[in-house]
Amino acid sequence: MQFGIMSVSDITRDPVSGYTPSEKERIDAIVRIAVHAEEVGLDVFAIGEHHNPPFFSSSPTTLLAHIGALTERLILTTSTTLITTNDPVRLAEEYAMLQHLVGGRMDLMLGRGNTAPVYPWFGQDIRQGLPLALENYNLLHRLWREDVVDWEGQFRTPLQGFTSTPRPLDDTPPFVWHGSIRTPEIAEQAAFYGNGYFANNIFWPKEHYQRLIRFYRQRFEHYGHGPQKKAIVGLGGQAFLAENSQDAHAQFRPYFNEAPVYGHGPSMEDFEEMTPLSVGSPQEVIDKTLTFREAFGDYQRQMFLIDHAGLPVDTVLKQLDLLGERVVPVLREELAARRDPEAAEPPTHASLVKAKYGDAEPRQPRPNANRGDNVTGGSPYQDSEAEVSAYPAP
Amino acid sequence: MTDFRLVVVSAGVSDPSSTRLLADRATQRVSALARERGHAVSVTTVDLRELLPELPAALSSQLLGPRFTQAVDALVAADALVVATPVYKAGASGLFTSFFQVLDNDLLIGRPVILAATAGTARHALVVDEEMRALFAYLRTLPVPTSLFASTEDWTDKALGQRIDRAARELVLLMDSGFARAVRDDAWGSYQHTYGSAGGTELGIDLDSDMMRLATGGSLRSGDDDPFDPRGPA
Repeated sequence: MQFGIMSVSDITRDPVSGYTPSEKERIDAIVRIAVHAEEVGLDVFAIGEHHNPPFFSSSPTTLLAHIGALTERLILTTSTTLITTNDPVRLAEEYAMLQHLVGGRMDLMLGRGNTAPVYPWFGQDIRQGLPLALENYNLLHRLWREDVVDWEGQFRTPLQGFTSTPRPLDDTPPFVWHGSIRTPEIAEQAAFYGNGYFANNIFWPKEHYQRLIRFYRQRFEHYGHGPQKKAIVGLGGQAFLAENSQDAHAQFRPYFNEAPVYGHGPSMEDFEEMTPLSVGSPQEVIDKTLTFREAFGDYQRQMFLIDHAGLPVDTVLKQLDLLGERVVPVLREELAARRDPEAAEPPTHASLVKAKYGDAEPRQPRPNANRGDNVTGGSPYQDSEAEVSAYPAP
Repeated sequence: MTDFRLVVVSAGVSDPSSTRLLADRATQRVSALARERGHAVSVTTVDLRELLPELPAALSSQLLGPRFTQAVDALVAADALVVATPVYKAGASGLFTSFFQVLDNDLLIGRPVILAATAGTARHALVVDEEMRALFAYLRTLPVPTSLFASTEDWTDKALGQRIDRAARELVLLMDSGFARAVRDDAWGSYQHTYGSAGGTELGIDLDSDMMRLATGGSLRSGDDDPFDPRGPA
């Protein structure tokens, strides 16, 4: 089981001090937060993607590559990568590049993005959000698995003889999570390809997410990837910790009340009761998090949102201390004890390589010499048969 | 004979409330007329003012508290509705419209509804037909032809009683016709649903759709584009 933190990259005024960090300060802070996540023993760091203020994370692979250079174990991922407004060709290239630079310590989570004005800035239309997401992923999937792709779809310029470079590390594509909280088509796509399914598990009661996760598990089995318990499920959650419940509530309340998404709406107590939010002592957060497994079955990845709504970086680093020292070790132990021994292991680059090659050496693609063009012939790689002989003959 | 489940939604905020009174009079008449036709009627009343504490969360975060959830459960099971609101500033009360705006679009498809409003002046009379009827058309309910409106002077006029009787009769006939149930049983699939759009009462997930084919590696391009495509023209 993997534990980590996910950030949406909001730059929000601290409602207690009144201070709004600069973009530079917040970007520096997120790097410290990610590095500290590894220091306290967490497994995963995820960054969101946005293309409008007050968010900073327009370029997740740049940030993740930097964090990758500063860490050794941490798995770097996204929450989420926009599969609608990004060109899937660029996604294939950028994330494969990241995968090489961080030695496979990465995966990505795809989401649609729900900010309507962003779509036209990238030449798209939110009303086509779902078909865009589905079609774009179909292409991305092939770009990482076929050296040369011919492709024609509804939304993007057709491709003829296109090779996405670099090929994935060890010719093993990054693991993909499909994030969704209300769209069965996304769960279906995750199941069809045997990819992971992630429910952000933040805004609504657990019953809301249960239906889609159950559907994903059933369809995963239907498509022959293994029994339902082998399906790969990730969950979000949000927590605020202090030594005791009263302090946690007192410290978090001003941030909750002003939080961009749910502030000025429900009371914190109602939100705690109705949604997966945990505010409290380490034991309270442990107890609440353990209920997720009861609701959703054994799952592979638990992500917490802890750095939003204007919380200052020092507070977030302390949250990480509590999470890493007092909460996650207990959760690891408790969940391991309850786990079905046949439940899926969380995906890593090593496990994917093992699944693809067994004990054999992974493929290491080496390009043929530059022919002055890259659109003729079968494969541009030395270990593949060229369908058309090079001219002039070497 | 069939039992009918009637749900009364009242946005009156005082106690006693003339809005609630109007709704109750309509309800009593519906029950009596249904009994004459051999149906028992069970009535559930949703007093929206009791949902007020949960309204901010519902409006801002689509987060339904326990009372809201109870109200939705009652509506899911309803065969017909009586809905009543006071008129404020030439419109149905904000509490009333907020409640129905929070509900899933598909929750009330085909349900017969009596529309009722109260006001301090007859100048508000058209709110029922011009505003409330549009809202309930959007929800694809079946408002009865006779609307109920009561301003101060109507309470002493026996014409109000006659209109209540007429609206109740219309509602009973529509309930008796089994229209709402038939729509759900026979024609449910022909409405545009989104997953989760009827509080979980929408049927299973439709796997046989263009989007589902696209989700599983298919293409959106129709057979028209390619004369050799075995799917043929769309």
